[in-house]
Amino acid sequence: MLIPLQHILIFAAGLFAIGLYGALVRRNVIGILISIELILNAVNVNLIAFSRTTALNPVTGQVFAVIVITLAAVGATVGLAIVLALYRVRRTIYTDEVNLLKW
Amino acid sequence: MDAVTSLTYFVPELILLGTAFAALLLDLFIPKKEVVGLTGLAGVLAALAFARCPADAYPLFYGFFLLDPFSFFFKVAALLIVAVTLLAFLAYRPRTESVSFPGEFTVLFLFMAFALILMGSSNNLLMIFLSLEFVSVLSYLLTGFLKKDSHSKEAALKYLLFGSVASGTMLYGMSILFGLTGAIDLNVIHESLVSTAVPQGLVLTSLFLILVGLGFKISMAPFHMWAPDVYEGALTPVTAFLTVGPKALGFAVLVRLLHTSFLHLQSEWSAVLVALSILTMTLGNVVAISQTNIKRLLGYSSIAQAGYILMGLAVSNEIGIRGVLVYLIAYAFTNLGAFLCVILVSNHCGTDEIDSYAGLSEKSPFLAFALTVFLLSLAGIPPLAGFIGKFYVFSSAIQGQFITLAVAAALNSAVAAFYYFKVVRLMYLAPAPSREPVAHPAFLLIPLWIALIGTVVMGVFPNLFIQFVERSLIL
Repeated sequence: MLIPLQHILIFAAGLFAIGLYGALVRRNVIGILISIELILNAVNVNLIAFSRTTALNPVTGQVFAVIVITLAAVGATVGLAIVLALYRVRRTIYTDEVNLLKW
Repeated sequence: MDAVTSLTYFVPELILLGTAFAALLLDLFIPKKEVVGLTGLAGVLAALAFARCPADAYPLFYGFFLLDPFSFFFKVAALLIVAVTLLAFLAYRPRTESVSFPGEFTVLFLFMAFALILMGSSNNLLMIFLSLEFVSVLSYLLTGFLKKDSHSKEAALKYLLFGSVASGTMLYGMSILFGLTGAIDLNVIHESLVSTAVPQGLVLTSLFLILVGLGFKISMAPFHMWAPDVYEGALTPVTAFLTVGPKALGFAVLVRLLHTSFLHLQSEWSAVLVALSILTMTLGNVVAISQTNIKRLLGYSSIAQAGYILMGLAVSNEIGIRGVLVYLIAYAFTNLGAFLCVILVSNHCGTDEIDSYAGLSEKSPFLAFALTVFLLSLAGIPPLAGFIGKFYVFSSAIQGQFITLAVAAALNSAVAAFYYFKVVRLMYLAPAPSREPVAHPAFLLIPLWIALIGTVVMGVFPNLFIQFVERSLIL
């Protein structure tokens, strides 16, 4: 049985909303990074769903998704490196305690 | 065009990549890091020498890299900006850590030049995303480069979190656009949007989601929150680069996207951009008034400048687009110059507080004069480059009947003049705490003179630059 496109899109929109919400309200930097991964995965679900239905060339969406996955890994690597370096200097990974620069 | 044929048009980029890897190797073996920096500089200049303005649009690498006069304009801009930044690095002495810099920085900046060129030449959603992310990741690393400086680390963290959320949102918009049109190439997207009955609400939703990611890059309000923190926390040469390079190329992508794919919806997005433009310049200027740190002041001023440049794009008539490019040239000369002055003063005083500019005209008349020229140009005073840029965007707004926008921008310019003149007043009228002369390393003086001459010449003979802009908009 084929899952209708609408269901997949609603699922992806939910995933995106959860990710965005998490990125905005979480205090823990690791939590924010995980929420960003959720956003990117919502994008991947969208891309794959569209590549099966509306795309002129189905490969386009799939290649796009693979590249998004790769860059998500790049983002996570750089993100964790910065978090680690920050932790060495400040001994915290909570965003509300990282408050030297304001206004 | 297939990959092998494309390579003949890809020489400058190949030189850049080759030099980047060569510099990476050199860095391991050569203890004198200036050599690595100069190698990188030579690579950038060689790439500049090999760059040729194409007569037509060449879709290189199966259409994934568009070489046309427009991308040539931004290629030259990106290479020049990177060259100036590398020169500035050779003379920069950071306060907190005594590390020899140019080694890794050279490599990162060479890759950055390549990434910026990719951004200017990208003609489909995938390449836009890829190049934007390439530039972002390099910017995070450059911002957080100081190992033990907690300001630098905090700036990098904020930049990373804002940037990742913004690019995720942009990607979501792209995926919807891909679903609506079935393609990622901007031209094909346009054809599909015009020829088939696509629900307009969804198209605009996806466009505005994409605008979040690009607005982040050009520090457009309300996605500007990262900018002042990053500009303060990063090393001054990096700040100088970040306020100019990624911002200019962000505008390049924005112009290409809106004008290739969404021109038929102009009445819809134009209103939104007008509102965001007014918001951006007002916010930048009003908050800049109360700043006490020169890097933050120039950071907020650069947010306001992005608002002015956005004016040209919001109106998007013939003058408006020329205005964006002309303003970007003027802004690049002026802002880089202002930050070079800041580097010299902070090398001398060891602080970036505005108070340390008191009596600068006694300590170094040349530096005070140069900084005054740059600040006046940023304020848009007539015989200087900034005036030409403002003239273009204002006349485009008036010609396009956007009177509210023109009035708001005029009021903003008056506010901006206040805080620029505050620094000028300090330099000339306040007494100097000491009369110790400021050191002028040659590596900084060369780019400083280039920026100074550029700012003045562009104001007096704008035709030289306007012809260049006309030629890059031919297609």
